[in-house]
This record gives sequence, C-alpha cells and structure tokens, in this order.
Amino acid sequence: MSIFLRQSPGARVGLSIAVATGLYGVSFGALSVASGLDVWQTQLLSLLLFSGGSQFAFIGVIAGGGTPVAAASAAALLGIRNAVYGMQMNVLLQPRGWRRLAAAHVTIDESLATSTGQTDPVEQERGFWVAGVGIFVLWNLFTLIGALAGDALGDPKQWGLDGAAVAAFLALLWPRLRSREAGATAAACALATVLAVPVVPPGVPILVAAVVAALIGWFGYRTGPDGEGLEPDVDPYGKAGS
Amino acid sequence: MNLWPLIVLACLVGFLTKLLGYLVPKKWLTNPRVARVAGSLTIGLLASLTVANAVATGQEVVVDSRLGALVAAAVALWLKAPFLVVVIVGAAAAAGLRLLGLP
Repeated sequence: MSIFLRQSPGARVGLSIAVATGLYGVSFGALSVASGLDVWQTQLLSLLLFSGGSQFAFIGVIAGGGTPVAAASAAALLGIRNAVYGMQMNVLLQPRGWRRLAAAHVTIDESLATSTGQTDPVEQERGFWVAGVGIFVLWNLFTLIGALAGDALGDPKQWGLDGAAVAAFLALLWPRLRSREAGATAAACALATVLAVPVVPPGVPILVAAVVAALIGWFGYRTGPDGEGLEPDVDPYGKAGS
Repeated sequence: MNLWPLIVLACLVGFLTKLLGYLVPKKWLTNPRVARVAGSLTIGLLASLTVANAVATGQEVVVDSRLGALVAAAVALWLKAPFLVVVIVGAAAAAGLRLLGLP
C-alpha cells in the first residue's frame, strides 16, 4: 500500500482529500440529528444521497421548518452539478457495467477535483477511485459518529449547532466565489432569499433563489469562461503541497 | 412529520442525476450554457441556504446569535481555516453569544 502510494500521485492526493473530507462527516451527522432526523435517516442520506451539498441542503430546509418536499427539491437542485461532473468523468474513465454505477455514485466535488488535477490518464483513474471510495467509507463512518454524539448532546442551540450549520454552508460556498460574477450571483440569491422569507412558506425561499440563479446562469455572462462557478471545493495541489 | 418517503426520493433523484451524466451524449458537454446554469445554481443555492439558516425563523427575519456565527465563519474562511475548523468556529460563536445573553 505504501509503495503504491509512493508511486502514485493520484492515489496520494485522493487519500489526503478522503481523510480531510471524511472527517467533516461528523458535522453532518451532528447537525442532521439536531434538525430532527433520526440516526437511521441521517445514515441513509450519507449512504445513498452521498453528496455533501445536497445532504446539508436537505437538513438545512428541515431545520428551518420547511416541508420535506422543499427539502428534497433543494437537495435535487444542488445535485445537478454532479451530472456535469459525470459527463466529464465519463470522457476520462469510460466505465462499463457495474463500474459505471459505482463511478456515478462516487461522482462528487472532491473525486472530480482529484481526478482532473492529474495529467496521466492512469493517475486520473486512480485519483478518482481512491478519493471517491475513500470519502464514501470515511464520510459514512464519521456521519455515524456525529449522529450518535449529536443525539447525546441535548439542546442543539446551547452548543451553537445552528451557528455550525450557517458556517458549514458558508464554507461550502466560499471556494466558489473566486470570480466577480460568482459573487454577484451569490449576492442576488441571498437578497432574494431575505425578501422571500416573510412572504412564502419556509423552505420555498431557497427555491426562489434557485430560479434567480438559473436565470442568471442562462441569460448572463456571455463572455465568461465555460463552466463558470463549477470549480469543485478542493484544489488538490494546494492541499497536497501544504 | 414522516420524512422517510422524501428522504428515499431525494436519494433516488440524487443518484439518477449522477448517473445521467454518464449516459448523456458527449456533445452536451460542449454546451457552455448547461454548465453555466449548473454552476450558478450551485452558487445561488448555497448562498440562499447560508442566509436562510442565518436569519430565517419560520416566516420571520430575525437577528440573533446565528448572525454572529456567520461573521465569525467568514473571518475564519478569510484566514484560510479548513472546513472543520470553520464549522467549530461558527458553533463556538453562536454558543458564546448565547452565553452572553443574546437570543
């Protein structure tokens, strides 16, 4: 294993990202039970939905008093970028049969970033699988730890878990705000949310913001580079070098 | 409130969305508009979720300790703190402000 890691930069980057990302499954687990899901429901989201943004979106809407339909809609909309990642990975890996199903399931921000950060096709493939499967295992393990710990905590507000949720969403958003256009989109959608909160039921302001974001994406930025704002959360080389 | 049906539905939709990427014709990839909408949706939804979780309580806009958590998290991110540290800073800020008597 150590020889494999020494000789494979893709696997090395993938493993370090898997550890860093897997660990914060503990915050998802704790926040999920704080927002009213039980341990089983929390674990099912990590096992089957398996996409951090969508999972946090689901519990974030529930915590705010939104309906399950609004929560599932927000999760589904946040997952759309994974389809774009899937198209990119399909070109690189061309998986067939069960490998295609497995590849689809572990197609997330971090596995795409690890893979596309490599130049050698063999390393691209290794990086994708090591990051994807590694995160899947660790993310689920730490979700369970967080859910069990969160269950034992009592009043979540006393521990600032609602503040932790706010911080988690901002941390997911932050790496995507590299361009002025991305910042303007975020500001417009934040404003739309605040204006919508008093006039529509809980959970729906997020869908209002989704419409605003889609319109901006469709009609705006003719001069912007392709895939504006689609950079994944992690920069493998920034992390690997530190 | 029974969450099970929509949890299962969300999981199913999430997986099928990922799989869809592996099944669509490759020329779709060259359509920059599709990628742009997916990108701006991600940014817009995360911005909306951040704000909604910071100031919304039901149908009211409320200023409380959560706003302090938002500011503290932004400072942590500006200082390039890793994800888990940012989350802990947010929790500590909200819990600390409540100890000081803020709602």
